[in-house]
Amino acid sequence: MTEIRPLADDDTLRGALDERSRAQLDALTAEVAEDPTRLGRAFPAAARRTGRGPLAGADGVLLEDAVRVALVRTAGRSLDPEPLLAELREVYRYGDSDEKRAVLHALSGAPDEVDGTDLLLDALRTNDTRLVAAAMGPHSDRLDDDAWRQGVLKCLFTGVPVAAVTGLTRRADRELAEMVQRYRREREAAGRDVPPDVQVVLDACAASPEKPKDS
Amino acid sequence: MRIFDPHIHMTSRTTDDYEAMHAAGVRALVEPAFWLGQPRTSVGSFTDYFDALVGWERFRASQFGIAHHCTIALNPKEANDPRCAEVLDVLPRYLAKDGVVAVGEVGFDSMTVEEEKAFVRQLELAVEFELPAMVHTPHRDKEQGTRRTLELVTESGLAPGMVVVDHLNEVTVDQVDEAGCWMGFSIYPDTKMDEHRMVAILQRRGLDRVLVNSAADWGRSDPLKTAKTGAAMLEAGFSADDVDRVLWRNPVEFFGQSGRLLVDPDLADDAATGADASATFEGNSILRGSRD
Repeated sequence: MTEIRPLADDDTLRGALDERSRAQLDALTAEVAEDPTRLGRAFPAAARRTGRGPLAGADGVLLEDAVRVALVRTAGRSLDPEPLLAELREVYRYGDSDEKRAVLHALSGAPDEVDGTDLLLDALRTNDTRLVAAAMGPHSDRLDDDAWRQGVLKCLFTGVPVAAVTGLTRRADRELAEMVQRYRREREAAGRDVPPDVQVVLDACAASPEKPKDS
Repeated sequence: MRIFDPHIHMTSRTTDDYEAMHAAGVRALVEPAFWLGQPRTSVGSFTDYFDALVGWERFRASQFGIAHHCTIALNPKEANDPRCAEVLDVLPRYLAKDGVVAVGEVGFDSMTVEEEKAFVRQLELAVEFELPAMVHTPHRDKEQGTRRTLELVTESGLAPGMVVVDHLNEVTVDQVDEAGCWMGFSIYPDTKMDEHRMVAILQRRGLDRVLVNSAADWGRSDPLKTAKTGAAMLEAGFSADDVDRVLWRNPVEFFGQSGRLLVDPDLADDAATGADASATFEGNSILRGSRD
């Protein structure tokens, strides 16, 4: 048993689906409940069988993400953390970008025993802004400081709003401030605009309690 | 003019192409899996390529306001290399995905036994996954290759309306037409078809079941040949609605049979010329918010 936090509560999710889509969600859920290793079969078809787009009543959440995370939650009910993570790795490996993003969201709602750092690092190596944003969610607490700072810098670089970064004020430190200042100098030297989020990160660095550089 | 290019290899094209295509009216496309010029030697390089077709390339296209779909298959040329035969075993994973709108490109290159075996197996997969099939016809001995293609399609049990036979010309079009399959035409700068010969075929046999594509890739090709064919149709007296039918509604009708299209009707509306964009997407999931 591994408790995965849903992206949206059941009422919100089911309320956003019409009768046909609700029946499809029930069928997918029943399939995964009966055999959690069928998660990888249920994942690709989940969006076209239920729906996509912004989920009414859940700010910034996509319906297809909420459905897929609900399926991971169902799989988690009968899988311990290790086998669940093995399933998630498989789904991520062969997933399209939407499926990969949903795995990252599921990790963000996973308990401490589930460590999907390798998947976050894979997502942060891409230039797909949707994956980068999802990788910097709550599960990014798992990243070591170097990887986390590079993740924040990548958000600035690729235009992912830093509002998506979990724990910015908590983790921002002097080293990140120095990196971001160098990035700002480079932009200014080239005569380019400096994204407003640069200041947001610098403010977070200034506000955070001073931490040893190599913590 | 709104354009759905039903066959173009964007992996081989630049961002300048994406910009020029959008400016010309392209709002959706299908990128068939094919040969990359350099032969591959392992299954792994195929899966990385397929991952790019359902991942990075889809994202790249979305940044230019173009909905990207793909077809997945082991292409005929590489079907001849035993090191690549196991690609057939990984196809089901990809054929289950959104935005994968057909099995393809399948068919013949040199008409070998290995090619036929892979072709037959992949037609079976099209039946199993309820997907259309995109069939490549050979550059050499095209007429005989097309004939054998149509025999195999009949034997497969896949409905002719679920099959597009591509790269046709004046010599091969009629047998495909008579078989009831869709007819694909690749408009190229100096090989395959050109836009004026294309117009002549449309004048002779009408607009039904015709798909016009640029098939642009890493060779000498032009991603705007769809738009240029539209212009040639207008010059020849076809109406704007005729052009919309060939360049937009026909590909939507054919690939819509997959139930896997990811076109945002709003993306198409801004390039439409009075045609109803939303009506044609029934049964397909609609991708919204993809331009984040």
